[in-house]
Amino acid sequence: MKNLKRWLKRSLLYASVAVFCFFSASPFIWMLITMFKQDKDLYRSANNPFIFNEPPTLEHLNLLINRTNFPVFLRNSIFIGVLVVMITLVISIPAAYSLARLVGSWGERAGIGIFLVYLVPPTLLFIPLTRVVVSLGLHNSLWSMVLVYPTITIPFSTWLLMGFFKSIPRDLEEAARVDGYSRLMSFFKVIMPLSVSGIVAVIAFTFTLTLHEFVYALAFVTSSAQRTISVGVPTELVRGDVFYWQSLMAAAAIVAIPVGLVYNVFLDRLVAGFTMGAVKG
Amino acid sequence: MEETATIKKNWTAGLRFWSDREELLGPLFLFPAILYIVALVGIPFMIALAYSFSDVTVGNTSLDFAGLQNFQAILKTPQFITSLGNTIVFTIVSQIIIIVLANILALILSEDFRGKWFARFLIMLPWATPIALGTIGWLWLLDSKFSPIDWTLRYLHLLGEPGALLGAQKNLFYLGRVELAKASIMAIYVWRMLPLAAVILMAGLTSIPQDILDQADVDGASFWRTLFQIKLPLILPIMSIALLFSLIFTIGDMAVVYVLTRGGPVYYTQILPTWAYYKGIESGALAEGAATALFLFPVLLAVAIMVLRFSRRTEVT
Repeated sequence: MKNLKRWLKRSLLYASVAVFCFFSASPFIWMLITMFKQDKDLYRSANNPFIFNEPPTLEHLNLLINRTNFPVFLRNSIFIGVLVVMITLVISIPAAYSLARLVGSWGERAGIGIFLVYLVPPTLLFIPLTRVVVSLGLHNSLWSMVLVYPTITIPFSTWLLMGFFKSIPRDLEEAARVDGYSRLMSFFKVIMPLSVSGIVAVIAFTFTLTLHEFVYALAFVTSSAQRTISVGVPTELVRGDVFYWQSLMAAAAIVAIPVGLVYNVFLDRLVAGFTMGAVKG
Repeated sequence: MEETATIKKNWTAGLRFWSDREELLGPLFLFPAILYIVALVGIPFMIALAYSFSDVTVGNTSLDFAGLQNFQAILKTPQFITSLGNTIVFTIVSQIIIIVLANILALILSEDFRGKWFARFLIMLPWATPIALGTIGWLWLLDSKFSPIDWTLRYLHLLGEPGALLGAQKNLFYLGRVELAKASIMAIYVWRMLPLAAVILMAGLTSIPQDILDQADVDGASFWRTLFQIKLPLILPIMSIALLFSLIFTIGDMAVVYVLTRGGPVYYTQILPTWAYYKGIESGALAEGAATALFLFPVLLAVAIMVLRFSRRTEVT
């Protein structure tokens, strides 16, 4: 009887895991099947959509890479991502250290203030920011996004790093200062090497956040050659009313799956940032 | 020679002096971040406010004070009322479903089972993927003619034949029928935010001290009793955090509606951000667009107050 109950519990667990996995993964499964299908297979509504009724083909992947702007979008996104990561690190590492150690009682409040900025969504600011971008002459340029994206990434990165710096014992720095390092040097010699994993996590999030961004990229840029992955794929790979479904699905899957893997690696650190230290991990 | 050495020494000593002054380093380190945020969040926010009380357009960028005129004008358009209603309904309904499902999912993922890493990867995918690309997957999954869901329903004889449960037509036209289109949008919100809410709740669950759970076990508390009287009350603060982020990301998104339905059929699935985009960017009515987007602000303010309260509570304990 007890065995039966245990067995039932396990089956229920595996069944519910399967249901959630299926719900989450279904668009991706559908992408992976679709991207290799031939037209005459895909566009026949009587065909079983889940199997290959005709042999799979790489034709559409080929089309995507060689005859669309997809590689340009990818390059643009990487260009923006790399620059935004650099700006974010240069600005948020000192800010986080300052909030964690240097500024006293009002550091906490300033930290919450910076975090609140993260809660201001792009949907609220895109209209005035578009005007700012136009008046700076950056309209239709990748630099508009390089300039504006750090407003999304700095607050969260600062918050994450602040928690990280706080977790490093003060004694270590004090020991370094006894050895003759200045305040600034002890930051570079002691804190930075100990924070490498936190900084790597910030790099991963900053980069993926820039890949995700849609609102600003849509509002700031109208020419195809300057589009990012997020906006370029849904707006440019559809010509008139013709959807190139296999190529579209390939474009989505090529980006989605590597990013998913990266997130999984850094998940715990990210959650620690979201829960604002309310959970001691 | 000696002179340069003295200068160098002075310079090093000077640097040493400056780099030891905490009261200077602190603000100096913080300054670039503050400057960036004030310049590109604070000022644009002020511009948004200025726009919404003026008569500015792309063609005529002089700011003339127009009082509440924009708000009065947009409140009269049915598209705006629909967008406002949709934003509220989509957000509330999806958040309720997310928080219920996320609790279940967090409980499941706290158990040990085979292939957990892979299951977690699959479940995290929707949140890790750029939402615009994820929505494209859904757009094709809900296609009016080739939807595999429709095919499955036909295969199960639930659709596409006389007397079938879901009707005799071949397809359900998810995005062509207002109610189904709305349901699809909410389903994607749930699909996207569920993973994040679940992992945040999971962090809360693992932080419950094991001895409390052991004690409950010794006292013979049932699964449900442990769940409702111990686990859920203890993770309530974390649940508010999960809800906060889910809410922010849902309100901050326009890709789902823009890619999936473009606000259609007609304008029945427009939300405030997409409507503000059509007004402010595509039609160039900056003032009206800014005023429309500004309707998101009261919601955000309420959320911000919630966070502040929460953070104060954690400070005390």
